[in-house]
Amino acid sequence: MLNRQFFPWTPQLLQELIDALKHKPGALLPILHAIQDRCGYVPHEAVPLIADSLQLTRAEVHGVISFYHHFRTTPPGRHVLQVCRAEACQARGARELEQHVKQTLGVDYHQTTADQEISLEPVYCLGTCTCGPSVRIGDRIIGRVTPERFDQLVAEMTTQVLEVS
Amino acid sequence: MAIRIYVPRETTALALGADEVVARIEAEAARRNTTIELVRNGSRGLFWLEPLVEVETAAGRIAYGPVAPEDVAQLVEDGLFDGSEQSALCQGSVESIPYLKAQQRLTFSRIGVTDPLSLDDYRAHEGFRGLERALSLTPQAIVDEVKASGLRGRGGAAFPTGIKWQTVLDAPVAQGREQKYIVCNADEGDSGTFADRLVMECDPYLLIEGMVIAGLAVGATQGYIYLRSEYPLAHEIFNEAIARAEAAGYLGRDILGSGKRFDLEVRLGAGAYICGEETSLLESLEGKRGMVRFKPPLPALEGLFGQPTVVNNVLSLAAVPFILCHGAAAYADYGMGRSRGTMPLQLAGNVERGGLVELAFGVTLRELMETFGGGTASKRPLRAVQVGGPLGAYLPESQWDLPLDYEAFAEVGAVLGHGGVVMFDDTVDMAEQARFAMEFCAVESCGKCTPCRIGAVRGVEVIDRIRQGENRSANLELLGDLCDTMVDGSLCALGGMTPFPVQSVMKHFPQDFESNVFQPQDPHSGAMSAAREEA
Repeated sequence: MLNRQFFPWTPQLLQELIDALKHKPGALLPILHAIQDRCGYVPHEAVPLIADSLQLTRAEVHGVISFYHHFRTTPPGRHVLQVCRAEACQARGARELEQHVKQTLGVDYHQTTADQEISLEPVYCLGTCTCGPSVRIGDRIIGRVTPERFDQLVAEMTTQVLEVS
Repeated sequence: MAIRIYVPRETTALALGADEVVARIEAEAARRNTTIELVRNGSRGLFWLEPLVEVETAAGRIAYGPVAPEDVAQLVEDGLFDGSEQSALCQGSVESIPYLKAQQRLTFSRIGVTDPLSLDDYRAHEGFRGLERALSLTPQAIVDEVKASGLRGRGGAAFPTGIKWQTVLDAPVAQGREQKYIVCNADEGDSGTFADRLVMECDPYLLIEGMVIAGLAVGATQGYIYLRSEYPLAHEIFNEAIARAEAAGYLGRDILGSGKRFDLEVRLGAGAYICGEETSLLESLEGKRGMVRFKPPLPALEGLFGQPTVVNNVLSLAAVPFILCHGAAAYADYGMGRSRGTMPLQLAGNVERGGLVELAFGVTLRELMETFGGGTASKRPLRAVQVGGPLGAYLPESQWDLPLDYEAFAEVGAVLGHGGVVMFDDTVDMAEQARFAMEFCAVESCGKCTPCRIGAVRGVEVIDRIRQGENRSANLELLGDLCDTMVDGSLCALGGMTPFPVQSVMKHFPQDFESNVFQPQDPHSGAMSAAREEA
């Protein structure tokens, strides 16, 4: 439940995603979101397909992908972990958490742990500014993340949970 | 009869375990063979009490909070299902909680009360009455009503909403290109703000209603909501609300049988703070890099895809249904000076009782932070407060008696912005905060203008030198000059206002630049870098 299931991309899948949205005005961001939501990232092979479909140059498509922090061009780890760096979380210990996270995972921002489990990203505000420090794992946002709580979350993420009904 | 229990489905409540609380309440009910009806309401915005569980009783809704998942068994044992006030977590009648009772909730009158996705709930609480009235008015009459209310843009710039609408209403459209647009700015990137998110998660039909009214007022038939990708739950709830509103005839080709059309679509941003700037937002909606545009032309005349466009913040549009329903005067009755109506303030950061506080303009910052906020969460003395997001000044105690009013804040070089109030205790290193302001600008600059793109990077460097004790007075002077250049020379508010927090630290917390946080390694490095600067 913490991580999304991603599909390996194929040119057919990419083209299907593009074709479903290309009629929309200003379709590029919706297309990039659709690809990343499905495949986990925007593979560079998608760039010429998008460019052809939207009658843009590859440079224009590349420029848009690289402008936005959200889009990634390399596969993420099994979990994408975002740590809020913004002021309201700073006021509640985000800087200490940030150090702890980097030390625990042994990676810096925009990197993935060697076991491909966790990709670490900075984020500037998750909108839960009264209960920081906040982190986001996949689409789940968690508040009051102390270093101890963070260690628990890592344990949850890296342990295979068996669904018992 | 089933006992009705409310547990919010809202990001902060969920971040603190609301889903787990629900699961445990359901399990307890099953174990006791008690029939309950569990409603996922919105949050009341009393975040220090989240997850806030409410039980409906003959005497109204009784609140319990904060309820951690592990509290549930005891809470049920103590009579949760009977609305018993025995539990230590019982807050009594939710309506009588002072934090809530002391507010003037015009825009947020429904949050936490209703099931956000229930159209019946929405209608039962004055929903769509503003729209119904708007349908009986001419476009000009709607615009006049908004003008008379004195509503000013709640995104931060505080431009009169009615005047913006008038411009779009009057905007000439080229033959064959009749389309006008309503664009809602829901790229709520300021740290310490969450009011837009609350509208979208807890009362989504309110924003839909406001946007349809805006469409009727200016003759636009298409609306877009530009929502930040950091708000996944708002995205999910709002899309569902659009589908239901469409099915019920509040959106689409024939709104409530009037023959008027309005379509609505949510577009997700992609983690760029700059896209909260309206022209950058429009570029992004068009599928481009979020680069700031030169103004003029104003978006009202040449906005999205070159067409006349209203760009309003969520809170501006969400204030409109009340104004149409109750009349402009009812709204304008609140407030002070040229700041009319109410402002949804957001208490955040190191605060004991954080949350949403909607009040008429005019209350002082101190009252807000003390009476509502209850001081810092750490119980340490409050030292600084940043109002208006990452581009807002840090205010020292001498400025806490300022009334919350656009003009009063502007007079001291501060901004009210989107109403975020982030509190810091006395452990804060203000020089570090100043550095962060520059660092944030460097990360988020769109790169179009030099003062912002280069200035922010240089700002970080010069602050680092100051903090390392390198040629401090010369570097402070340089930092002052750099701030002036950014304020005067930047194209938009990102570069133009990033210096505000920096300058406020220089002015009000200069001692933090004096303390040697990092001892310089090389006594000559100061001279070296000063020489580099000269070169």
